[in-house]
Amino acid sequence: MIVLTGHPGVGDLVEGEALVSAEGFSARYDLDRATGTISRESHPLYGRSIAGRVLVCPLAKGGFATSWALLDLKSRGLAPVAMLFGWANPVMVQGAVLAGVALMDQLSPDPMSAIRTGDRVRVDPQAARVEVWR
Amino acid sequence: MRLTAEEEAIRAGRQGEPPRRALEMQLAVGKFFGAERMVPVTSAHLTGDPESMGEAGLAFVEDLVRQGARFVVPTTTNSCNVDFDLYRAFGQPEEVAQQERRLRELITAMGGVLLTSCANYQALDPPGFGEHLAWGDTGTVIYANAVCGARSNFEGGPASYAAALTGLVPAYGMHLDACRRGTHLVEVRDQPKNVSDWGALGVFVGRQLTNYWLVPVFTGIEAEPDSDGLKHLGATLASYGSLAMFHVVGVTPEAPTLEDAFGGRPPRTTITVEPGDLERTYRSFVPEKAEVDLVVFGTPHLSIQEIRRLAALLAGARVSPSTMLLLTTSGHVKAMADREGLTRAIEAAGGRIVVGVCYYIMTPREMARRHGLRTIVTDSAKLANIITAYGYNPIFRPTAQCVDAAVTGRIPR
Repeated sequence: MIVLTGHPGVGDLVEGEALVSAEGFSARYDLDRATGTISRESHPLYGRSIAGRVLVCPLAKGGFATSWALLDLKSRGLAPVAMLFGWANPVMVQGAVLAGVALMDQLSPDPMSAIRTGDRVRVDPQAARVEVWR
Repeated sequence: MRLTAEEEAIRAGRQGEPPRRALEMQLAVGKFFGAERMVPVTSAHLTGDPESMGEAGLAFVEDLVRQGARFVVPTTTNSCNVDFDLYRAFGQPEEVAQQERRLRELITAMGGVLLTSCANYQALDPPGFGEHLAWGDTGTVIYANAVCGARSNFEGGPASYAAALTGLVPAYGMHLDACRRGTHLVEVRDQPKNVSDWGALGVFVGRQLTNYWLVPVFTGIEAEPDSDGLKHLGATLASYGSLAMFHVVGVTPEAPTLEDAFGGRPPRTTITVEPGDLERTYRSFVPEKAEVDLVVFGTPHLSIQEIRRLAALLAGARVSPSTMLLLTTSGHVKAMADREGLTRAIEAAGGRIVVGVCYYIMTPREMARRHGLRTIVTDSAKLANIITAYGYNPIFRPTAQCVDAAVTGRIPR
């Protein structure tokens, strides 16, 4: 098991399967919100669904659409259960708070190298702790 | 976080449920970013349109109104999905228009002003130096911070509503001096010559600095940019880099000198914009085919100066029958364009001025299906960036080349 620690995040304890993106993520720039799949053709996860996953990305990108998108996705069962960023931006955190999706950033070690797609991940934002099994 | 007695009263629900819930959301966000207190704002700019909000977002606003919510600071709205005079002609879904009507009723009930513009700083008075704001649209935020010296984070949809209900925001990020100072030096050796060149400069830098907490400082710029140039520079930095602040030494108010811009700290690194970099930025958008389906101007909304220039470029020309030409702007600017005869001239050339919408929220998937749109040519690098996820092939070019593309119906590969 690998343990990542950082500052407290938002949301409650959740577990899920990791989906790691080499690129940043925005709900407007990269996602078809009707289906919850990555729709920007040049995105490394093009065609993949983020539903129910622990999404791991270096950066949160984009604007206000993301702050609504997580609630909308969650209401239709298409939201990720948790999101781990190198650096989050305000709109992503605001969206996670509204939707009740767990979100953490600035973890150590860097989740981009510590976590691989398919790993089992337990995210505990209030304890500022992430556990990874493979 | 330390709260005042008034804020504690809101938290205890003494002002009702909507501000209580709003403050709880704000405190969660503030805690995440290490805010120590809340700060009062002078205005809120709501970002939320039915397309972006979805059913769940609309239900969130319905709930607020049912609970008797009232905005406590001057509050305006961002762009919307439909121009009520034109959406039927475009074949946009009636359902979206109905949602837009309902949302407008709800916002009016809470005391909001239906500005429907993403260039609020060009439609109404821009904010003053040092004012704290709760603005949502990223292009409006970076303009307020960099050009006006006002202070706002990206207050996305729900956060902009929360701020309008409490009159407060958590004091982190762009509200603090330390986060506004420059981090990266940009030496410009390829001079922007027109509005879209400022966008190209924003793309060049925004592709390299992709983090909300970075602040580029531009030097070496020979010609002072106008409001439209700064609008496009800011909107592209925000779009490509998720940036909320920049400085232009000798131009923007917090950067009279390089030392002021960096607050005495050394730059982390220097980015050099070499001759040819702006042209190469345009060329990084590659057409799949020569035929142009759509040409769009107005992300962010066009100013009256931009519409004058477009009308002049279109004078005596006729838009290709196989190409759709759209200009998007605010109701304020459209009214001026009407008075000056510009609307009539643009329509006579075969273009349309659409009020209140931005193309990327103008139900672009339905527009593509209905009108067979794939290749879109625009002088807005921000639009080119966003519209890719909606299945378009976007081509970013200087304004005059976009007008040529509309008239000939073709784009040189």
